[in-house]
Amino acid sequence: MVTKIEIQPQEKQVTSANKVEVKNLSVYYGKFRAVANINMNIQTNKITAIIGPSGCGKSTLLRSLNRMNDLTPNARVEGEIILDGNNLNTTGVDIVDVRRRVGMVFQRPNPFPKSIYDNVAYGPRLYGVRGKSDLEEIVEKSLKQAALWDEVKDKLNQSGLSISGGQQQRLCIARALAVEPEVILMDEPASALDPISTLRIEELMQELKQNYTIIIVTHNMQQAARVSNFTAMMMINDERAGTLVEFDDTQIIFTNPKDKRTEDYVTGRFG
Amino acid sequence: MLRKTFESEIKQVKDNVLILGSMVEKALLDSVEALKKRDINEAQKIFAEDKAINKKRFEIESQLMVLIATQQPMAKDLRILASTLEIVSELERMGDYAKGIANINIRMGDETLLKPLIDVPRMATKGVDMLHRALTAFVHEDMETARKLPMEDDEVDALYNQIYRELMTYVIADPKTIERANWLLWVAHNLERFADRVTNICERTIFIVTGEMGEIKSTDEEFWKQQHQEK
Repeated sequence: MVTKIEIQPQEKQVTSANKVEVKNLSVYYGKFRAVANINMNIQTNKITAIIGPSGCGKSTLLRSLNRMNDLTPNARVEGEIILDGNNLNTTGVDIVDVRRRVGMVFQRPNPFPKSIYDNVAYGPRLYGVRGKSDLEEIVEKSLKQAALWDEVKDKLNQSGLSISGGQQQRLCIARALAVEPEVILMDEPASALDPISTLRIEELMQELKQNYTIIIVTHNMQQAARVSNFTAMMMINDERAGTLVEFDDTQIIFTNPKDKRTEDYVTGRFG
Repeated sequence: MLRKTFESEIKQVKDNVLILGSMVEKALLDSVEALKKRDINEAQKIFAEDKAINKKRFEIESQLMVLIATQQPMAKDLRILASTLEIVSELERMGDYAKGIANINIRMGDETLLKPLIDVPRMATKGVDMLHRALTAFVHEDMETARKLPMEDDEVDALYNQIYRELMTYVIADPKTIERANWLLWVAHNLERFADRVTNICERTIFIVTGEMGEIKSTDEEFWKQQHQEK
């Protein structure tokens, strides 16, 4: 059992540039192939954005990366998801461990109907942290990393639902950070937030990428352009399966993309 | 087609660039014509009208700022708007060359021309023709023309070279002509710079189409080297 969690997530992977390698990934819902043959490398300590029109498989791809699709009936994922050299998408992998290493933040802030403290302590408790001082330390550290500590330190016992939407989302980020993930998946993390809260989340992402690898799905192209280092452009093919159209430095995708479909999408001519 | 409004606004900007371009073209040709006739009144008018060129440039610039702020252009749209900012500033400077020639005309006062103007109007016509085609290439995103046009700058440089040599013969024969030779050399220099800036406009058109930012090599350096060696 884990007794104390030291937050030093990235030190061991400094030498490896690719945190996650996706190889020939396809996702099926029953017989329907929703995502087809995705190949991409996600670099360590970088923010990778996935953009594309609605229904192109962005979220499906994202959910594959911590095997959330296992929870969807009839879903089947083919191909490899290699995290630090080990394929996650194979039998015998501890899914609970996968989800600890690859955390997720969703579109709508979804704190548990518990206190702010218990929201953050929930994960570590699940993984066996019992000591009061250990938990307090983790809660404070996580809330600080999520840039929420100063706003809630005097009301840790209040309900997680009593704070503003933007604060709730940062609470969810703190909750994800509390179990020391290595990769954070964000599915439209700011789309339900006002502009100021959105910018705060974006600033936070820049700080978090020092220690974590972030993959974000967003419909907001300006957001992708502002926050990410790399951008993956997805689109559905003739068989209505989501495919990767282009993957490149964010600067290139938004100033001089190579693929006409990316150009049309980022300039608002399509999608 | 999505973004119909934005596209029509980009078209409006391009139309405005053409208007600014035609103002600059007219100013340059008029300034040389006024010099040829030694018409100081006309020169004063051109000098004053440069304000309209500056005003038009700022008008386009603010139009571009509004589009950048409100439409968040990406990729080629962004390249068009960013390049247009550069191009209008080039045009404004080109207008200044016309103003400069008008100013020389005014400052010459009662002084007569050292020689009848033949190559100077040729330089002006050539420069204006190059500008006109460069702006047409910009509007139509015609990379072929944008790539070829800067080569024609050699013709302007050759004319400049010729004027330079000719004026030097006057000065050598009679050093008292130095001031009057200088006026004309100054005019020719303005025209030479005018044509150089056409190359900058072409570079922007190439950037719009390819996304590659680069300098088209100018033959000016060789020209100056040549001048230096001959001395």
